[in-house]
Amino acid sequence: MTASLERGLNAFREQIDAPVASFFSSCVHCGMCAEACLFYTETGDPSYTPIHKLEPLRRVWQQEYTFWGRLAKAVGLSKPVTDEELAQWETLVYDSCTLCGRCSMVCPVGNDIAYMLRRMREGMAASGHAPEGLVGATRRAVTIGSPMGVKLPALQAQIGHTEKDIGMTIPVDVVGADYMLLLSSMEIMNFPEFIGAIARIFSKAGVSWTISSEAFEATNSGIQIGVSEIAAELVQRVVDAAEKLKVKNVISPECGHAYMAIRWEGPNLIGKPYNFKVVHILELLDDLRKQGRLKISGKETQRLTYHDPCQIARRGGVVDQPRHLLNMVAENFVEMPETGTMNWCCGAGGGVSSNERADGLRLSAFKRKKKQLDVVRPDALVSACSNCRIQLEDGLEENNMDMPVLSLTETIAEHLADD
Amino acid sequence: MTGTELLIWIRGPALQIATVIFLLGVVVRIFEILVLGRKPDLAEPRGSAAAGGLRTIVTRMFADRGTLQRSTFTVVAGYIFHIGIFITLFFFAPHILLFHETLGVNWPSLPTQVIDATAVVTIIALLAVLVYRLANRVIRYLSRFQDYLVWLVTFLPILTGYLAFHRIGLAPQHLIATHIASVELLMVVFPFTKLMHAFTLFIARYYNGAIAGYKGVNS
Repeated sequence: MTASLERGLNAFREQIDAPVASFFSSCVHCGMCAEACLFYTETGDPSYTPIHKLEPLRRVWQQEYTFWGRLAKAVGLSKPVTDEELAQWETLVYDSCTLCGRCSMVCPVGNDIAYMLRRMREGMAASGHAPEGLVGATRRAVTIGSPMGVKLPALQAQIGHTEKDIGMTIPVDVVGADYMLLLSSMEIMNFPEFIGAIARIFSKAGVSWTISSEAFEATNSGIQIGVSEIAAELVQRVVDAAEKLKVKNVISPECGHAYMAIRWEGPNLIGKPYNFKVVHILELLDDLRKQGRLKISGKETQRLTYHDPCQIARRGGVVDQPRHLLNMVAENFVEMPETGTMNWCCGAGGGVSSNERADGLRLSAFKRKKKQLDVVRPDALVSACSNCRIQLEDGLEENNMDMPVLSLTETIAEHLADD
Repeated sequence: MTGTELLIWIRGPALQIATVIFLLGVVVRIFEILVLGRKPDLAEPRGSAAAGGLRTIVTRMFADRGTLQRSTFTVVAGYIFHIGIFITLFFFAPHILLFHETLGVNWPSLPTQVIDATAVVTIIALLAVLVYRLANRVIRYLSRFQDYLVWLVTFLPILTGYLAFHRIGLAPQHLIATHIASVELLMVVFPFTKLMHAFTLFIARYYNGAIAGYKGVNS
């Protein structure tokens, strides 16, 4: 056995807990998870059946954590997991799964398949079977501080442009602010309007906030690739910055996996609770709305629909807030079929968009979103994740659909009352 | 061992052996799961894990509308054979008598005509499920030897029970012995296969619901 395989199998062992064992014990091979997975429904390839993507992890569980399996292993009746097998599974684990967790909502015995797949990636990465694109993104996140290689000067330049555009100062490194805003590299590079939108909303609503020059990156490639040590290091940078600036809250921006990373996985990765709160920008905006601090003038008249980013809604619990906000700014907000916690993924989350090898598959998976959009035929599509946004724009273009994709935060900023 | 001795063995010691393997096996399997434990979640909760877990144990009995449309056969046939097995196992008068004799508990039975019809429907549903497993490309792709073995040991008690009730094929005492033997086979296979889902799905659903409930999501 090679050292890397040994590392991978050890990582599998570390990841097998009571939930994983109960899930594998309960699977009856009914195949219903396939029908919940856009990679299966849009390709018809049975190897994309979610539970099948876990087969090597299941075998390690079965051979080492069940009486019958241990007995079979002892007398040489079981087939050990090999390096070749893990290599073969790499595309199933990384290219054809966005960790969207829709399968986990559908499984009749209650298996949280996405929970297991997230864990399986730890063993895949440890054994050297992670995609090149994600390895590169993770390396950049560690060495440069951003998976896309965005450095502080790039952020400073965008802040400079934004300040000129909106005629306001963007607070940086303000000690004692109530909120510290994180950004995704995608927002900094592709959607810098987000920073201006936040500044204008917060200025009107009287929110004390800042950006840290030391930790502004919200995304966490360590989680997507499945290396907890790296994921923990990236979380720790945010924790250190938040503590240094003595902020009470950290804001997770319009990015799904960033929210999962900083809100739900973060404290578990670093092994202790935070001494600040983490809120998603939509949670904060909805709180401001409830407090009457978000004043709107003139509603959006186009027919709008909302795409729930998986990690924000289904895996994150922010489901009602965007709907309250949209109903505040839009006259004609319509829901797609199967929305909220049952929404279909855009097809690019969980590291799939960093993995160039998966580009073709990612665009095939978008067809599921197209089917949803074809039912409601909106004028514009609103979402709250810049990674979803890029994928939605890619997919719409690929399918010759002329439909703008809007950020919910930016849409609200456009309708702020002048008072 | 003569034929008579075999009959006596099936109705006596074999049933005891099968019961012990079944009970011990199930307990060991559940212990093997729970002993692995779970790390405490250090993120600040938004909702209750326990409430979410208990909720999902119940709600996961029902498929969402989209799943019902996409997996109609699996859901409908699944309901039919599970409910059918439940009714024939627990509401057939001779079965209740056996439970009464061994466990001391008693409850009303359903008329034999109802049991008979239920058995026929269950047999048809199980045959349909097997055909579907072979015909559906996802399920066929997922299926291993164990899936067919489990199907067989589930099917045999219903079939032999039906034959015994209608006295088809063999002498009545042989039919009953065959029926009991098929149940013993089911009990022995149970703890080592996916039949365990009958118990572990409560644990799985609980964890699924608890993981989601902690984050304020109803799963």
